[in-house]
Amino acid sequence: MPRVVVDVMLKPEILDPQGSAILGALPRLGFDGVRSVRQGKHFELEVDEPVDEARLRELADTLLANSVIEEFTLQVMPL
Amino acid sequence: MKIGVVTFPGSLDDRDARRAIRVAGGEPVALWHGDATLRGVDAVVLPGGFSYGDYLRCGAIARFAPVMQTVIDRAGRGLPVLGICNGFQILCESHLLPGALTRNAHLHFRNRDQRLRVENTATSWTSGYRQGEEIVVPVKNGEGCFVAAPDVLDRLEGEGRVVVRYADGNPNGSVRDIAGICNDRGNVVGLMPHPEHAVEKLTGPSIDGLGFFTSVLTAAVS
Repeated sequence: MPRVVVDVMLKPEILDPQGSAILGALPRLGFDGVRSVRQGKHFELEVDEPVDEARLRELADTLLANSVIEEFTLQVMPL
Repeated sequence: MKIGVVTFPGSLDDRDARRAIRVAGGEPVALWHGDATLRGVDAVVLPGGFSYGDYLRCGAIARFAPVMQTVIDRAGRGLPVLGICNGFQILCESHLLPGALTRNAHLHFRNRDQRLRVENTATSWTSGYRQGEEIVVPVKNGEGCFVAAPDVLDRLEGEGRVVVRYADGNPNGSVRDIAGICNDRGNVVGLMPHPEHAVEKLTGPSIDGLGFFTSVLTAAVS
């Protein structure tokens, strides 16, 4: 069954306090050299064939991402 | 005058909202998320809580509930709608109001009595206040940080659509201290603080919140 991966990230201009908190924790744990952390969401969908990518983009735009604050990428994974 | 209060799975403040309506002199009507009918109400309150467990994003699932399709349609034709806290999040997800509510900038859940300044008294829900009046009502949220694009913010400010602003410290990092906004017509209002928790001396920090519920009674009659 085809697998579709959707990654949702906050737009660059939107503050990501969770990413900032992770970034703040890293030096305390001895992980140096990380300049920035942005946290997002990763969705994996199993869909019927044939894959209608336009329809899937509509799905992602309608529900998975809020276009006011987020952007998404969509990949149909090879079988 | 009937005011509907929608209960979603995970709503918390629906009972308090119905009580506030009764205290204000209105007739509260319980509405159910799965039922598309509004049972003849003259206004609708979307209460606080954690509809659908806040899964995906706060309000993202609730927005597609059958009752919301009717609320969205009727709101576009002038039905007064008040979204409190989770209700505000649902209104933004529904695109009835611009912007979005995100995780509090400091990441902490904030729960306290909050001073607000009422900046727009021309809405269905704030006509009973004086312009610039300061009120104290509880605020309690983890994802109440209002954000919107700069041009959207400028338009909101320019059109006087910031309804209430945090007056004595910003509890969640909301841009420009915005606590609540309205649509261009003024019938749809959303705010993060909880006026329904400030309608009786016994349980609230004040009775300042009552004005939201008395205002809409006047709005619906006129």
